[in-house]
Formats: sequence, structure tokens, C-alpha cells
Amino acid sequence: MKEASLTITENSRLAASVYRMRLAGGAGDNLPGQFVNVRLPGLFLRRPISVCDFDGETLTLIYKTVGRGTELMAGLEPGAELDVLCGLGHGYDLDAPCAKPLLIGGGVGVPPLYYLAKELVKNGKAVSAVLGFNTADEVFYEEEFRSLGCAVTLATADGSRGVRGFVTDALPNGCDRFYACGPLPMLKALCGKLTIPGQLSLEERMGCGFGACMGCSVETAHGAKRVCREGPVFDREELLW
Amino acid sequence: MVNTKVDLCGIALDNPVIPASGTFGFGYEFAELYDINCLGTFSFKGTTREARFGNPTPRIAECTAGMINAVGLQNPGIERVISEELPKLKKVFHKPVMANVSGFSVEDYAYTCGLLDREEQVGWLEVNVSCPNVHGGGMSFGTEPRAAAEVTRAVKAVTHKPVIIKLSPNVTDIVSIARACEDAGADGISLINTLLGMRIDLKRGRPVIANTMGGFSGPAIFPVALRMVYQVSKAVSVPVIGMGGVSCAEDVIEMMMAGARAVEVGAANLVDPFAGKRIVESLPAAMEKLGIENINDIIGKAH
Repeated sequence: MKEASLTITENSRLAASVYRMRLAGGAGDNLPGQFVNVRLPGLFLRRPISVCDFDGETLTLIYKTVGRGTELMAGLEPGAELDVLCGLGHGYDLDAPCAKPLLIGGGVGVPPLYYLAKELVKNGKAVSAVLGFNTADEVFYEEEFRSLGCAVTLATADGSRGVRGFVTDALPNGCDRFYACGPLPMLKALCGKLTIPGQLSLEERMGCGFGACMGCSVETAHGAKRVCREGPVFDREELLW
Repeated sequence: MVNTKVDLCGIALDNPVIPASGTFGFGYEFAELYDINCLGTFSFKGTTREARFGNPTPRIAECTAGMINAVGLQNPGIERVISEELPKLKKVFHKPVMANVSGFSVEDYAYTCGLLDREEQVGWLEVNVSCPNVHGGGMSFGTEPRAAAEVTRAVKAVTHKPVIIKLSPNVTDIVSIARACEDAGADGISLINTLLGMRIDLKRGRPVIANTMGGFSGPAIFPVALRMVYQVSKAVSVPVIGMGGVSCAEDVIEMMMAGARAVEVGAANLVDPFAGKRIVESLPAAMEKLGIENINDIIGKAH
């Protein structure tokens, strides 16, 4: 964890209610699956946002405007400084044995998988990605995943782009490990359908984001764990569903 | 050179700044960020006889200048706190620590405090009779003078360490409860715990917190806390620890002028992990600016 004052270099709309913010400055280390906690002017609690990409200098966040915090974020202009706690949580396991990883993202669960895909491709893996959205106008980062060399399948709930239905209707065969991030019903459905080993990233309302307040705890096979500290990424076997 | 040293129930503190229970874990998350030995002490995560997961999530909500939590005393239970947490704490914190205890019966409190009495690193017992987030216990002991006195007596009977009773603001007359605790042998009073509050999700028309209500804390409650610290410290002769919305050195000074001998810092630690260190380091300059040479001189100055 590192507290950093970062400068916004980009804050642009990517799709319906979805924005990309790029931040420059000393953000420390940020690994795939980790998140940052952003302090926003006028709000008391920080807002946790998953890391979409990090190249050592520029931190990329993709977020959806779902409430006051993210709406406030969307209104910030490039040049503004933000107080950000960086490198939080326990991310995806990049060294787990697999040759053909399958990445499954739903909505704003897609962003952390982009950074993961980049690292897995770098490690010589043949990455497949299934990206699920409600409608065509919510789709983002399809091309970015393709540019990395991923085999991308799109799914939309209303059928306006790609496969009609949920990500569970669009899963390719032949993959040997999965990595998922998205809404809880999607994660549960995936665990019901997939038999390969996998890791899932959970979301929870957080107080601090670094393990102090116990606000975001989840019961696991190994006792109570903090989504912000031992998570947000958990092995599928740990989750009790 | 100003003096920030205070005496809390016979134990010297380098400064009056104490991170509050539930906002500082068992210290080691913060020890990764800074040397927590700069603090006066800290009050560790509320500990109960048995392990508890606490309430269902969501158990955190944003408020104007504050937050609501309904964690519900999640902790590994007294046995694991002693066997696992205290040894880890000891590696990073070398001063006496304040042990925060909660219970669901008078026997629970006595049992847990009896075990903590044997722990060398524990300086004080802070007995929480004021948790708003658990049913059938916690706050119910702190809303009635006789029950608060009964817990105080039971704990005093099992320990030689100073016993500080942590009071709830969710009462009509906090002074009568503080007096009852003092009469029952309490060595100190700490206040305030969180104020019972709630938020509603406008889109769903349902409470944000799964448990409906929770404890409201943060800068918004500072004036309420200050008023209660003022009232209680005027009414009792034992030391009072003030807390509630403290987030800077000036707030510490104001709490002490209201009558606090030491000051706990809670929610501020959650949004600024360096809050404890920042307040400790800025306290001398804030004192100098006000012409305060010895912090003990301002305790209860406003009385």
C-alpha cells in the first residue's frame, strides 16, 4: 500500500455511464486484481476502484457512475490532483499452472481483467476472454483485449451485440483455468457451470480498504476474510456457495 | 519544547493520542505504514468471549462528514486474541496497549477481562458497554446505570489493571451512567461510542446497511461528543477519555479543554491511515500556537 498524490491526465467517457481515468505520479506497485482507494473532495469515505492497467507510471481506472462518489469522479478535469491509496488487496495468481486461461468479466468487472490479460499474454498464455454487458451501448474494451491477442467473445443480455444472453451462455471450451470479475449472481453462475480451477474477484462496500475496519468481511472455507485485504480475489474453493 | 505527556490511571502516555477500538485492528496493518510507537497507546479491536463474524454486509455507509458502520464486533474470540494477535502486536508495539472488551452477559465481561488481566502488555481494560451493533448485549449494558455498574463491579473483581468504561451516547442522561460506573469502581470513563444512525438507498428504497441501523461516527459527531465529554468530566473525578469525530491536533486540544485527559481517534484512521501519526506530530506546533506549554494545564479549562 502506498498513499500517493496523483495527477489526472485523462478522464473520458468510454460507454454509457462508463469512464476511463488515467493518473500519473508515484503510484508504487499495482498488480492485476488489486485496487486503489480514491479520496474525493466533499466525501468522507474513499471509493475503491479496480486497477485496469498500470505500466509503472500511468495508472488506468475504468469506473461506472453508480452513485455520488463515481459521479463526482466523472466530473473531475485533467490536471486535478487526487489522494489515492495504491496497491491494495490481494490480486490474481499469475503463476497458477495453466496454458489456456479464460477471463470472464461482467460490466465494470471487465477492467481488472484487462491488466491480467496483458500479463498472462506476456507470460506466453493463450488467453480467451468473455466480456458480458447488458446492451451494445455499454460495451467497452473489446478492441483493447483483441489487440493484446486474446480470443474475445462478447455477450449482451439483450442480444444487441455478440451472443444473446449472459457470459455463462458464451463460454468457450478447452480452457484450463478461469479468472472472473463481475456481479455476484454472475460469479455464482460461473462456479456452477465451470469445473476448471479458478479465481474470482469480489466487491463489497468498504470503510478503509486496507484491513482496519472489518467492514467488508466475507465468510470463507477458512474463516472470515476481508475482501479488501485477503481479497478481493479468492480461489473458488474458498467461497461458500 | 512543550510537554505532551499525560498520566492515564497511573500509566504515563508520551502524548494523549489513542487510536480508537475498531479503527486500528491489532495495530499491525498500521505498523506497515509508520512506527506506531509514536502513539500514546491504541485501543485494540473489540474482543468477546467467543469468536464472532459480526453482521451481514453491507455494513458500511457514507454520510455527510462521517460514516455508519454495523460491523458487529467481528473478532477471533479472546483465546485467539491472546494466542495469536497479542504476540503479533507485541512485535510492532512496545508500550502498554488498551484492551477493548465487549460481552453479552456480565459473566462474559468478567471471563474475558480475567484472561486479559494476565497479559503483561495490556495496560488498561476499556470495557465497551455501548456497542450499538449487537443485539441482547453491548449497548444494553450502557443505557441503564444499574447494569453499567454491575458490569463495572464484575470486571473490577477480576483485574488489578485500570478499568475504563466506554459509554454510549444513545441515552437520555449519560452523566448518571458515568456516575454509576465511577461509584462501582471504574478507574476511568471513555466516551462517546457511535451514535445510532441509518441511511436509505434512494434507488431501492431500502436501508443501505443490511442490519438496518449502525453506529454513526466521523467529524460530524464532534460537537455532540465534546458536549458529553464536558458534562461527564464535570460530574466525575476519574480520568475521562474523549472521542468522537476527532481528526486533527486542534480537535485533541478542544477535547482536553472540555475535560478529557486523553483523546481517542476513530474514523479518521480509516480515511487517512496516517491520521494517528499526523495528529501526534502536529500536536506540539498546535500547542505552541496557542501558547500551551504543558498539555495537562488545559484539561477541563472550559469548565
